[in-house]
Amino acid sequence: MNSEENVIEISGLTKRFKDVLAVDELNFTVNRGDVFGFLGPNGAGKSTTIRMILSLITPTSGKIKIFEKSLKENRKEILANVGAIVEKPDFYQYLTAIKNLEILAKISGKEVSQKRIIELLELVGLKDRAKSKVKTYSHGMKQRLGIAQTLLHNPELIVLDEPTTGLDPHGMKEIRNLIIRLSKEENKTIFLSSHILSEIELVANRMIIINKGSKIVEGEVSKLLNSNTLKVTVEVENAEAAIKILEGTRWNKNIESISENKFIISIEQKAIPVLNKYLVENGVMVNALIPVRSLEDYFLSITAGAK
Amino acid sequence: MILTLVRIELLKIFRKWRTYIGFIAIGILVPLLHLAMYLEGQKSLEFITRGLRDSFILVGNLLNGYWISYIILNALTIHIPFLITLVAADLLAGEATAGTYRILVTRPVSRMQIVTSKFLAGMIYTGSLILFLAVMSLVVGLIIFGSGELIVTGNQSIIIFEKSDILWRFILAYGFAILSMTVVCSLAILFSSLVENAIGPIVSTMAVIIISIILSAFDVEILREIRPYLFTNYMMNWREFFDDPLDFAEITKAVLVLSGHIIVFFTATSFIFHKKDILS
Repeated sequence: MNSEENVIEISGLTKRFKDVLAVDELNFTVNRGDVFGFLGPNGAGKSTTIRMILSLITPTSGKIKIFEKSLKENRKEILANVGAIVEKPDFYQYLTAIKNLEILAKISGKEVSQKRIIELLELVGLKDRAKSKVKTYSHGMKQRLGIAQTLLHNPELIVLDEPTTGLDPHGMKEIRNLIIRLSKEENKTIFLSSHILSEIELVANRMIIINKGSKIVEGEVSKLLNSNTLKVTVEVENAEAAIKILEGTRWNKNIESISENKFIISIEQKAIPVLNKYLVENGVMVNALIPVRSLEDYFLSITAGAK
Repeated sequence: MILTLVRIELLKIFRKWRTYIGFIAIGILVPLLHLAMYLEGQKSLEFITRGLRDSFILVGNLLNGYWISYIILNALTIHIPFLITLVAADLLAGEATAGTYRILVTRPVSRMQIVTSKFLAGMIYTGSLILFLAVMSLVVGLIIFGSGELIVTGNQSIIIFEKSDILWRFILAYGFAILSMTVVCSLAILFSSLVENAIGPIVSTMAVIIISIILSAFDVEILREIRPYLFTNYMMNWREFFDDPLDFAEITKAVLVLSGHIIVFFTATSFIFHKKDILS
């Protein structure tokens, strides 16, 4: 397996439920070592796509290749190298956490030692509750147990669907750090679907945004975020005076909100120093120019545009 | 892998409290029947043998463990399907309800293996419940009431089996009961594969059994045509082992029809589950 390998290759993937077209001719690739963000508003077709990748749902048409092999023809071989959380982490509630992991280990397609199970429970902070029944677990604890079960058989590809849902900020940070560590240190490929868009921004190197089952954009996170107009908070001593100076300029119509000593303006990245120079040359004391462009803004603008 | 999956399925079955409803029900009902027989059994026996007593002198212990077990088997066979269905209907639908299909089906095991293991585990549960019934009614009955000859009344005959000629008949009768209850188990698993909640399969299975029993009982020309294909028509055929001589043709036919039903239900479940989109 080389670094150029497409770990996931989706082509023309379509799923229709009776009259509802859930996924429509979707194409994308995930490369080895990627932390691949999978974004889209509710009902965009993310879960359906993930379920097709994990063979929970049969596609209406299109191809799924994982590790450069057809999922349809090599399902068992492929799944032996895939760990996944799909939507919420559900387990056998009437069994203990350790018994759940032991069961899943036995059918994971690889030898998983008891030591490995204990190590993973320790990794996700559940070692002390290993012998508690899962029905006594909070949602956050189940989520962490879900992470442990994805790693049981040391898979090459990890599919995480909303992995930080229900976790407190500390837990979310831990999961983010774990994702980064798995990617950087263990060279795992991670397919990460999340509603917490900043999460994708923090950990993903590549991403796709889908809406209504179709791809809107795919590429490197850094390039996608820098390729469009930014929102910039301009901090000045007197915002009203600064706005007056901008009257008649091409930027005037892009001013979005004003307070006493700052305003927000939409502006191309390359124009930021030009704006700064213009304001300073016209006697405005500019304290700061802070880009507020986030993935969330980008996501909202791009999915809104697609509607 | 199948053995591993069956072990896992059995673990799941026997870690759920609903599994023990059947054992508890039998564990309560059978001793109650024993008590009733202990208090009133002699009267029942005298009522059954009233015609015989006019012409014959009956000696020995006729109110014995064999006779009690025979009566209990007659009384409970119709209720056992409900206890089987309680567990079998949950085997696939329970995974959907709990959302655990997602962790099961995303493992490197085929759907055929999953269905096969659930069928085998369901059969083992069915067998264990019937064996428990056998132990409770026959073994406990023999301990309380002792051994003796078995009087069996047919439509137009009364057969008295010698003490040494009874046990093998019970073994085969309970074996046959396991087969017929496995059909019920298979039907419940089939319904279980269609939905995401165990209540529907429980009600559907019991409805099918009740409707089939009614259809089997009606002696109407048009129903006579379909009766040989209804599994309920053969569910009580364990009684064939308490006939003399044995009607091998009838027993073979019953075994084949019941086995055929199991195969059809298993094949249908495998097909449905293979095509099923896991949306739970």
